[in-house]
Amino acid sequence: MGDEKHDEKRGRSAGRSRGWHSLLLVPFVGTLWVPFYNSVEPRLGGVPYFYWYQFLWIAIGAAITALVYFATREGKP
Amino acid sequence: MTPQRLDASALVVFVFLFALVTVVGFVASRWRRADLDQLHEWGLGGRRFGTLVTWFLLGGDLYTAYTFIAVPALVFGAGALGFFALPYTVITYPFVFVVMPRLWSVSHKHGYITAADFVRGRFDSGALALAVAVTGILATMPYIALQLVGIQVVLGAMGIQGDLPLIIAFVILAAYTYQSGLRAPALIAVVKDAIIYVTVIAAVVVVPMKLGGYGRIFDAVPPQKLILAPQQQTAYATLALGSALALFLYPHSMTGVLSSSGRSVIRRNTAMLPAYSFLLGLIALLGYMAIAAGVDRSDAFKAGFAQYGTNFAVPALFLSAFPAWFVGFAFASIAIGALVPAAIMSIAAANLFTRNIYREFLRRGAPPRRSRPWRSSPPWS
Repeated sequence: MGDEKHDEKRGRSAGRSRGWHSLLLVPFVGTLWVPFYNSVEPRLGGVPYFYWYQFLWIAIGAAITALVYFATREGKP
Repeated sequence: MTPQRLDASALVVFVFLFALVTVVGFVASRWRRADLDQLHEWGLGGRRFGTLVTWFLLGGDLYTAYTFIAVPALVFGAGALGFFALPYTVITYPFVFVVMPRLWSVSHKHGYITAADFVRGRFDSGALALAVAVTGILATMPYIALQLVGIQVVLGAMGIQGDLPLIIAFVILAAYTYQSGLRAPALIAVVKDAIIYVTVIAAVVVVPMKLGGYGRIFDAVPPQKLILAPQQQTAYATLALGSALALFLYPHSMTGVLSSSGRSVIRRNTAMLPAYSFLLGLIALLGYMAIAAGVDRSDAFKAGFAQYGTNFAVPALFLSAFPAWFVGFAFASIAIGALVPAAIMSIAAANLFTRNIYREFLRRGAPPRRSRPWRSSPPWS
C-alpha cells in the first residue's frame, strides 16, 4: 500500500518533470530554423538581425534551462 | 607595428603568465589532498567538484583554442557560416540537462570513470567498450592537435618559430598533469578565465572604439558574407545540431561531467555555462573586426597570413590594436586557453586507455592503483 502510494507520487512527479522538460525543445526550434533570422534588417545599434537574434537566444536558452531546473529541482516536495 | 618591435615586453608578460600557471599546475596536487594513485582521484578529481569549480572546469574544457583562433578565423574567411558555433552552444545545454545527470548517477553508482565503462556495464561487451574507447581516443587526438596549432600561431605571431618552444610547453603540461591529474586543469582554468575575460572585454571595447563602432565594423563586411546564402542554411543548422549532440560524447567532456559532485551540479551548470557562449559570440565577432581593421591588407602581417592562413586573423588584430605588453597578455590567454583543454583531453584519453584497453585486454586484473615506479621521487621535484 505504502509502496503504491509512493509509486503514484513518483509517477506524477515524473510526468510533471516531463512536461517541464518539453520546454527545453524551444531553443532547438528558435535557433535551428534558419529562415527565422537570416536577414540583415532590423538592425540593433548597427548590429544586423542575424547576430543580435542569436545572441538573444543565448540568454533565452539559459533562462529556460534555469526555469526548468528550479521547477523540477530534486528533493522538492 | 611590426612583430619584431614588440617581442621583448610581449614576451616577458607571456612567459610570466605561462610560468604562473605552471606553478599553479604543480601546486594543484596538494589541493583537496587525496591519494592521487587512485584513478578516480587522479582522473576525476575524486568526483568532488562543486558547482563553481565544475563551471570553470567545463568552461575551460569546452571553449578551447578552437574558440579563440578557429571560430573567428572562419568568420573572418567565410562570414556568417562561422557563427554556427552560437546555435550549437545554445542547444547543447538543454540536451545535457536531460541526459548527463542520468549518466552521472549510473556512473557514480557503479564507479564508472569513462563512457566505455558505461557501455561495458550496460551491454556487457568488452569489444563494444573497446570500440568506444578507441573511437574516443582517435577523436581526441586531432582536438589536442588543434590546441597545438593555437599555441603555435600565437608563438609565431611573437616571432618565435620552430617546434622546440611547443615541445617545451607540452613537456611542462605533461609533467604537471602527471603530477596533479584533473586538479591541475581545474585550478588553472580559474586563472585562465580571469585572463581571457579581461582580454575579450578589452578587445570588444577597445577595438570598436578605434574602428568607429559596431555599425562601422559590420558595414566593412562584404554584404554577401553578412548573412547565409540560401544553400548554406541547411548546412548551418545541421552543423549546429550535429556538433551539439556530439560535444558531450567527447571523452574530455565526459571527464568534466563525471568529476562533478552531483546531478544538480550538472543541471545548474547548464544554465550557467551559456555565459561562455556569450563570450564565444563576442570572440567570433573579432573575425569581422579583423576585416574592418584591414589586417590582411597590411604589409606587416603578410608573412603571418602566408604561414598560418586565416588563423592569423585574431593575432594580427591584437598586434594592430593593442600595446605590446597587452599583446603578450592576450596571447598568453590563448595559449593557456589551449593548455587547459589539452590537459583534460590527455587525462580523458589516459582514463580510456587504462580502464578499457590496458586493464581489459593487456593486463587483466591489474591493480586499480597507478603503477608509477618513479612516483616516490619525480625528477622535477
